[in-house]
Amino acid sequence: MSDTSLIQIKGIRDGLLVSLGEASWPELRSALQERIEQQPVFFQGANLSLDVGSRVLEVSDLISLRDFLSERGIRLWAVVGSSSVTENAAQLLGLATRLFKPTPQVETLPVAKGIEDETALWVNKTLRSGTRIEFAGHVIVFGDVNPGAEIVAGGSVIIWGRLRGFVHAGAQGNKEAMVCALDLSPTQLRLADEIALAPKRQGKSQPEVVRIINGQIQAETWNFD
Amino acid sequence: MTSKVITVTSGKGGVGKTTTVANLAAALAADGKKVVCIDGDIGLRNLDVIMGLENRIVYDVVDIVEGRCRTRQAMIRDKRLPDLFLIPAAQTRDKNAVSPSDMVRLCNELREEADWILIDSPAGIERGFRNSIAPADEILIVTNPEMSAVRDADRVIGLLEAEEKPAPSLIINRMNPDMVKRGDMLSVEDVYDLLRINVIGIVPEDENVIIASNRGTPLALDGKGRAGQAFRNIAHRLNGEEVPFMDLEARSIWERLTKLTRGR
Repeated sequence: MSDTSLIQIKGIRDGLLVSLGEASWPELRSALQERIEQQPVFFQGANLSLDVGSRVLEVSDLISLRDFLSERGIRLWAVVGSSSVTENAAQLLGLATRLFKPTPQVETLPVAKGIEDETALWVNKTLRSGTRIEFAGHVIVFGDVNPGAEIVAGGSVIIWGRLRGFVHAGAQGNKEAMVCALDLSPTQLRLADEIALAPKRQGKSQPEVVRIINGQIQAETWNFD
Repeated sequence: MTSKVITVTSGKGGVGKTTTVANLAAALAADGKKVVCIDGDIGLRNLDVIMGLENRIVYDVVDIVEGRCRTRQAMIRDKRLPDLFLIPAAQTRDKNAVSPSDMVRLCNELREEADWILIDSPAGIERGFRNSIAPADEILIVTNPEMSAVRDADRVIGLLEAEEKPAPSLIINRMNPDMVKRGDMLSVEDVYDLLRINVIGIVPEDENVIIASNRGTPLALDGKGRAGQAFRNIAHRLNGEEVPFMDLEARSIWERLTKLTRGR
């Protein structure tokens, strides 16, 4: 079969894993579709995860694939890839982006020694309920973080808007990480290993900065002077 | 006029999606437009009951999709309004009997003859929801002034944004101005503050809604009644008319709201 080199399918603990070979996305996509049309019974009811390597896929690519699959009784549940565009697209659609819980291999990453990767993820919109953003560096949100939305960052989190959802900064144990928001009323806030519940706000909202001081989470109002 | 597909959805159940579809459809059809409603809630159909057409069902949407009947045969004409039709859901199947592309095909066929196609989405964010939003030109989100409904609406708006659907508009249903005044209910402003999408209608709480749905006669057809008037107003706004919001304590709120919207 000509398409065997384009796509590889193997069984994993959570269902089927499809790995893509070297070709353009339209080619790979039609190879996969052809394969599924040939063996509909094999794929029926399957949980499918897709390893796209470094390929960049947009939300619209994933939507059309997901809808194609779901019409054949196949559930697309994970898209794994090294491109952050692909990862964001998958997260926006509520798909998993890792196949397994972190393995020991992940724990060998440097922990708490400052943020190795001084990059930041720029999020130019309001994060609504059900959205989850995971990023190894810092995260900057220009918009609100609504209840039910989650941000997990290796570094700090800055929100130019209201924080009413869940934020975990310094998720790999970095105690230098901080969280800033124009209005700080999170459902729950974590810094490194510490957890804080925000007290009920009294009076007007003000910009605040939260950091760990003497081993405790403390919030300070941010002032010009 | 080019035809438009409008999907009514909410995330949470029981907030008034089906009532909204029945009333908007009746109000639009009363203006002489040809309207087709599609019940997207396969397996838990209700729209036929609220429209009072349950006993006339012969074919349903799954019969159309699976080719057992022509589209025309499954369209049930309303008892009072000759331009209003219902395509009912199947009760004995589930959501997987229809796919998003089936819905797009069906709506494209209906666009040939109808001015408005209204789809009643099921609660939830799964297959039935995806079927319902697939063909939509415009999406209306119904919510109640209570926290759980607003959260679910926020989730749905996020999903629509992710799928790059047209920006939805909001209907706040079951508003009780007295409770808002006492501080026991979220106000229009509180809801807008979280969701930040265009508000197209505010429907007051009205016991006539329950009476009408038990009788199977949409209350938008009655002359009186505040909820019926609110639904008629939404229908006019869908037609592109500027209709001021009803005075249910809401005028000052609305003025502030429009200011907010313009400010963005």
